[in-house]
Amino acid sequence: MVDTSLLVWIVLAPLLGAILNGGFYFYHIKRKPVPEIVFSIIGTMTPLIAFLITLCLFLDMLNGNTTFRQELFTWVNIGSLNISMAFLGDHLAIFMSLFVTFVGWLIHIYAIGYMTKDEGFGKFFAYFNLFLASMLILVLADNPVILFIGWEGVGLCSYLLIAFYYSEEENVLAGNKAFIANRVGDFGFILGIVTLFFALGGVDLSFGSLETNISNASTSLLALSGFLLFVGAMGKSAQIPLYVWLPDAMAGPTPISALIHAATMVTAGVYMVSRFHFLYSGIEEIGTFIAYIGAFSALFAAIIATRQQDIKKILAYSTMSQLGYMFIAVGLGFYSSGLFHVLTHAFFKAMLFMGAGGMIIALHHEQNIFKMAQHRVQLPIIGITFLIGVIAISGIPPFSGFFSKDAILAAAFQEGQYGIWAIGMFTAFLTAFYMFRMYFILFVAPNKHTKHYVYTSKTITLPLLILAVGAVGAGFLNLPGALGGEHMVDTWLAQTNSTQVHMSHTTEYILMVVSVLIAASGIVVAYKKYANFDVYAPEDEKGLIANKFYIDEIYDAVFVKSAKKISSFIDKTIDMKIIDGLIMSGCNQFIALGKKVATIQNANVRFYAGFMLIGMSCVFIYLYISLGL
Amino acid sequence: MISLTSYAFVSMILFSIGVIGVIARRNIFVIYMSIELMLNGVNLFLITFARYHFNMDPQIITIMVISIAAAEAAIFLSVIILLFRSKRSLDTDIFTTLTQGEK
Repeated sequence: MVDTSLLVWIVLAPLLGAILNGGFYFYHIKRKPVPEIVFSIIGTMTPLIAFLITLCLFLDMLNGNTTFRQELFTWVNIGSLNISMAFLGDHLAIFMSLFVTFVGWLIHIYAIGYMTKDEGFGKFFAYFNLFLASMLILVLADNPVILFIGWEGVGLCSYLLIAFYYSEEENVLAGNKAFIANRVGDFGFILGIVTLFFALGGVDLSFGSLETNISNASTSLLALSGFLLFVGAMGKSAQIPLYVWLPDAMAGPTPISALIHAATMVTAGVYMVSRFHFLYSGIEEIGTFIAYIGAFSALFAAIIATRQQDIKKILAYSTMSQLGYMFIAVGLGFYSSGLFHVLTHAFFKAMLFMGAGGMIIALHHEQNIFKMAQHRVQLPIIGITFLIGVIAISGIPPFSGFFSKDAILAAAFQEGQYGIWAIGMFTAFLTAFYMFRMYFILFVAPNKHTKHYVYTSKTITLPLLILAVGAVGAGFLNLPGALGGEHMVDTWLAQTNSTQVHMSHTTEYILMVVSVLIAASGIVVAYKKYANFDVYAPEDEKGLIANKFYIDEIYDAVFVKSAKKISSFIDKTIDMKIIDGLIMSGCNQFIALGKKVATIQNANVRFYAGFMLIGMSCVFIYLYISLGL
Repeated sequence: MISLTSYAFVSMILFSIGVIGVIARRNIFVIYMSIELMLNGVNLFLITFARYHFNMDPQIITIMVISIAAAEAAIFLSVIILLFRSKRSLDTDIFTTLTQGEK
């Protein structure tokens, strides 16, 4: 039996790392340089500690312990509102934090190699650890308010890290965009929590008591609350319509992209919906709505990805697309399938980003795939792992992406949501197409010269190899019954009351074959079009798709410009003319009156005496009348 | 016998002349004399009441007023001399140095 008080150390370890690294960094810039090894050790050991503790708790859970709960102190206690600073380690939270810490740890190791010789090395690791700590607060929170702390924490860290190279305006703007788009979502999230609190009539605010009391609330309020919470998820997990920050977030260094996309921020929305499974299982219309948003996000992002030229933006859109799949699953109530896809996606997407980062470094920060292909270098480990990642995300068995994506598509089919199923299938085709387009251009398409050797650091290649194992094998964790598996992830996440895929094996086999065929056809199309592509004649950047449907421009025109107009109207007209006019004219009259009064005080003795006379006369007259003399 | 009212009238007239003197005249000596006049008006009133009610208390107050007025005269005259030395004038309207205003 493991001590429950270990739970808090999962969060505290990276938080401590952030504080230590921050302190050392201040020492570094103010006093004398601190060697990078110090930051590296602190930065990578603390996530490792968090991972090992999580592993301990996980192993203890395997021995029959169901839930860890640790209450640290009462944070807020007003009337019926009771918020404790408490952490909850149930199956869902431990499942999530296991791979968050593990993949996060690998990304930290990778970052040593990637960020080496960077001026802000220490700062980077301080932010990085803080990012992980925030995510773990989010995952291990025992009530929605604590969850919100982590939720805001990852938002803050993403802002800090995306704008890490703050000397360039573009990066800062990208950071701002991420922060503001998330803020819109967070606003919905706060309203969702408040609505939930009022819907339940002010019960003790923890997930446990919310779950037991959920039946007391009216369905309409719950639906509103569920919708508002999902608005928060739209922001964090980059779904339509709040996705615009995600591609721009590629301005940050690549390890950040890997961390945001694989293990932290963007998965928060999926996790949150799963965390509120008791809420969403009661409001199926909202669930269907979520599934549709997810489906359209998946399709939309995949379409845009087919014409992008920036390697990281392709990956960013693919993340958005894969998140769409996850929302299809959680929206339809298949929480364990959704989280299973989060798990497999964490492995292969982290690997893809790291591989992309390795290539970007080797090619001196070139990100356009056509130009990258022109200066191709032989990076054997990156090449192989990249191929594994591309295959995994395309959904080719037996790589992990196939099982998780197939579980989601089967779920949509089983629920009778054939529209979503069709969209998902088409997206799978597009996914295979654009991922292999990228792969063929980068590694296969003919070019005139190929450099053969470029140094890559061990800290870059080692995490790639570990993740490659995960990307290949993680799928077997939740092998469907039709293939002789035991649904291990589904069983583990039974606490979420997830709907299970129950269909005849024949149907399941047919669905699998169809999805494999569709993915394969995507690869074939990509092969025909791009395997012999002349990288010296890249595609033009015109057209609706290459310009991302002009959504940024539309948002700019509709929201940004109008907001600016309204603010300047409020500033120039309402504030300066009306409010200032009213208040200042009142003030001015008082000042004028005061000046008039001041003239009475002229220090003239006789004048004062005269006033005394008048005053005394008045008093006497008053007394004379009132006393009736 | 002269009635109480007559005495009261005389003291009121004295007091009023004093007040008008303080307010209307600019010469600081005249103001000082007007103040004395007001004090004497009050003294007369007090003594009248003392006689009328056969009570000596107001007379004691009157003697105190007279003695304090004597002390005050000493201070007042020295202050006047100082003021005159600094401003070369006895016009009270120019003694406004304690004002907060523009002068």
